[in-house]
Amino acid sequence: MVPARHIEPVAVNAIGSADNPLRVAIIGSGPSGFYAAEALLQSEHTSEVDILERLPVPYGLVRYGVAPDHPRLKDVANTYAEIARDPRLSFIGNVTFGKDFTLRDLADCYHAVILATGAATDRKLGIPGEDIQGSHAATSFVGWYNGHPDYRDLVLDFSGDSAIIIGQGNVAIDVCRILAKSSDELRKTDIAAHALDALAESRIREIHLIGRRGPVQSRFTTKELRELGQLSECDPFVDPNDLPLSDACQSELADVREPTRARNFDVFRSFASRQREKPKCCRIHFFLSPREARGEHKLEELVLERTRLVGAAGRQEAIGTGQMLSIRAGLMIRSVGYSGRALEGIPFDDARGTIPNKNGRAEMTPAGECPVYVAGWIKRGPTGIIGTNRADSMATVATLLADLPTFRSQQKPGREAFAFLLAQRATRLVSFQGWEMIDQAEKVRGTPLGKPREKFTRISEMLAVSTGRP
Amino acid sequence: MPHVVTGNCSDCRFTDCVLVCPVACFHGDDHRMYIDPIACVDCAACVPACPVHAISESADLSQDQQMWIQINADKSGSTPVIRSKQTPLAGAEERRAALGYGPS
Repeated sequence: MVPARHIEPVAVNAIGSADNPLRVAIIGSGPSGFYAAEALLQSEHTSEVDILERLPVPYGLVRYGVAPDHPRLKDVANTYAEIARDPRLSFIGNVTFGKDFTLRDLADCYHAVILATGAATDRKLGIPGEDIQGSHAATSFVGWYNGHPDYRDLVLDFSGDSAIIIGQGNVAIDVCRILAKSSDELRKTDIAAHALDALAESRIREIHLIGRRGPVQSRFTTKELRELGQLSECDPFVDPNDLPLSDACQSELADVREPTRARNFDVFRSFASRQREKPKCCRIHFFLSPREARGEHKLEELVLERTRLVGAAGRQEAIGTGQMLSIRAGLMIRSVGYSGRALEGIPFDDARGTIPNKNGRAEMTPAGECPVYVAGWIKRGPTGIIGTNRADSMATVATLLADLPTFRSQQKPGREAFAFLLAQRATRLVSFQGWEMIDQAEKVRGTPLGKPREKFTRISEMLAVSTGRP
Repeated sequence: MPHVVTGNCSDCRFTDCVLVCPVACFHGDDHRMYIDPIACVDCAACVPACPVHAISESADLSQDQQMWIQINADKSGSTPVIRSKQTPLAGAEERRAALGYGPS
């Protein structure tokens, strides 16, 4: 419990005034958490914001989701570091909701809580054999090559000559690129050392990218799709037979509101007329739906059903045709969407993988607890890209600030009381300065290798370095 | 190749783009917005956010749009960063409708 001296109610001015600052805890230090913090700090209210993070290191998806060969995109972390250096903000790393602290603890210390925990779990295909050895979720694979401590010890088998990726979004393309690139192409990125070593031994020559629907419905960003055509050791292919379009597809392609469709289609057309020149190839398959993963002890083949599209333009669905085929492969990565994880004491929509909310206000607040808000992927599901979360977090903060008059107008003790409480539980906290020590040490480790950084992949290593002592 | 704001922005200036930019690379004046090509990380979050489809990757520009690359580079150096949503210019909705992107 928080010492009583901290929570004695006194007659005070409105929350958000100089002598009663609005104190908010944000759970999660990924893009949506930092954008929520930015919005709070930019508001006219006097506020103090603490970002609580499960890992000793910040930035969530930017550090552990963005592909290592997209360094420009990782530059957004510089923007977050600037926000973090605001004296009104505090980063508290290595603390886990439900383990080190509860919602009750947060309610004692803060006026409001914003959950920005993202979507860290993969959705299931729901087919037999899905969990056979050799079949992995994209979340695991991405976490593994990005050095996430949770996936540090994942064992991946690259000894077969084929790999299958299920799903046709940007994560699927990231996975494809990492499998398709040579060691030389990856060596100078911040890919984790263990991943670089394992991929150097890879014998994969053929990568299959599987989608249920057609070329017009794919969700790739054109830029990322084009990148597949510029790899030094891999040619992309599309089956020309997948390109003739129905009337409904023609009308989707012609929609001026969705110019990406026509751009992507042009790229697919160029892939369909490629000559094979490079040692590896990536085949982009449309109109296929996985039905069963088979193998004696580990994955040997994936059985698929050919699909066709039904329904009006803009609302077409893929249905099975009964025609089956199979692709042999020893590795399968499933990238068919992501889901948030439920948090103790917070209502959760299992079907959508999100926390039910109205304009960012979680539909809850049991008596005595503080108001709870949500931002980012845990709020709306895994859609959009990093920047999309900025507008989303700003909208959540606007809801919170509009709710201020409904908050009980007492002072809250904020970060000192929270840190005191965690110290009593012997939790080892990592401050932003602690992270900067880790950051610096990673960059130093990377320099002789020509890498922007060599990440620490064990929490124990991160904690040791965060103290700044050798 | 950075992204650029093209002609459709002129006389609209909806500024939905600035809300989704992760790195604050949008600049603006009384007429329109510009992208700082040095700051832009090419994430493309702004592309679908623009109600009048004014933003493109440089590689996608047609011949008669090429000039916007230089205009964005020059003007972003002399105009302030815009981080919050501004009121669209008078006549913006009419222009949007005329461009064929009106609310459906």
